[in-house]
Amino acid sequence: MHSPKPNSEARSRDDWPSELYRILKAADVRQMSYVPDAGHSQLIRMFSADRDVTTNVLTTEEEGIAIAAGAWLGGQRSVLLMQSSGVGNCINMLSLSAIGRFPLLMLVTMRGEWAEFNPWQVPMSRATQPSLEAIGLKVMRAETAEDLVETVESAASLAYESDQQIAVLIGQRLIGKKKW
Amino acid sequence: MSVPSELDRRAAVAALLKNRKDTLVVSGLGSPTYDLHSVGDHDGNFYLWGAMGGAALIALGLAQAQPGKRVLALTGDGEQLMGLGGIATIGVARPRNLDIVVIDNQHFGETGMQASHTGRGVDLTAIATACGFAATATLRTLEEVQSLATQIAEPANGPRLFVIKVRAENPPRSLPSRDAVFIKNRFRAHLGFAAA
Repeated sequence: MHSPKPNSEARSRDDWPSELYRILKAADVRQMSYVPDAGHSQLIRMFSADRDVTTNVLTTEEEGIAIAAGAWLGGQRSVLLMQSSGVGNCINMLSLSAIGRFPLLMLVTMRGEWAEFNPWQVPMSRATQPSLEAIGLKVMRAETAEDLVETVESAASLAYESDQQIAVLIGQRLIGKKKW
Repeated sequence: MSVPSELDRRAAVAALLKNRKDTLVVSGLGSPTYDLHSVGDHDGNFYLWGAMGGAALIALGLAQAQPGKRVLALTGDGEQLMGLGGIATIGVARPRNLDIVVIDNQHFGETGMQASHTGRGVDLTAIATACGFAATATLRTLEEVQSLATQIAEPANGPRLFVIKVRAENPPRSLPSRDAVFIKNRFRAHLGFAAA
């Protein structure tokens, strides 16, 4: 099948999920767990189709913190995908990553901060960064596709090579407005 | 209401782990952690002192990373009740090398022996069955635990959950290290991974 090729700049801007997938594969991530978010849908599809990566759909986000710790005990790297509302569910379980100095990489799509239609997303959006920092995580943020790709690459090194616990917040401005 | 059990939890855990071979064990906070330590410290043990609700899910991540090894989550009724959703997640993940054993005294033993849900009709084995587990059972005698020890050494078609009903009491504590970094690095070294 042939289709017109977009220029590379447009491709990287629109296709940051493919770039994140490439980076996480290059970092040898072998397990991925998630509670879905529309902003993560492409990355979820790509990992789910990858037979070298074990994918877990979660009932609540803190399950993924525990799975990531178990994966590391067994010698594998794991990544956890969620939206900002899920961060509140994780707080006590993050004690495990913090006190055990387990490598942790969470990619958090932000809701409730940019052109948000649903006011119920706003309080947890406001609490996301402070609560993550309060439990001891390093928080990194990206607002553009280029910045996001670099940020996740750097976060992956910090997490897996320096045993750090990192949340990368993906700005809602970057994800785009949800259609209602 | 469930009938109270007279089974001694330490005797049950000792029987369960008597021939553990290279089984990897993650223990839930409180009594299961003390029980696991009481039968002998082991490099293949990861003891929780917190992260309530996480034991079976840590065991899931571990089982997925080590498909050639048997993995056991040894936890309590209160700990597993906090991780009920995790039973659905494990049912969907369907690891063939993961067993959950709940040492069920039907109480929150660490905080003053308040009655838990499992003494009031909530059946964790029925929940696990509904979530697609390959096998479940409730055990009440030492002989049943001895047969379970043989059963869980064998391969399975999927995750299994067993509830061992025990007497509600707090035996003398047997305390493993509370240094999670030490226990983590020791565990990984046991599997051949270098510390960072």
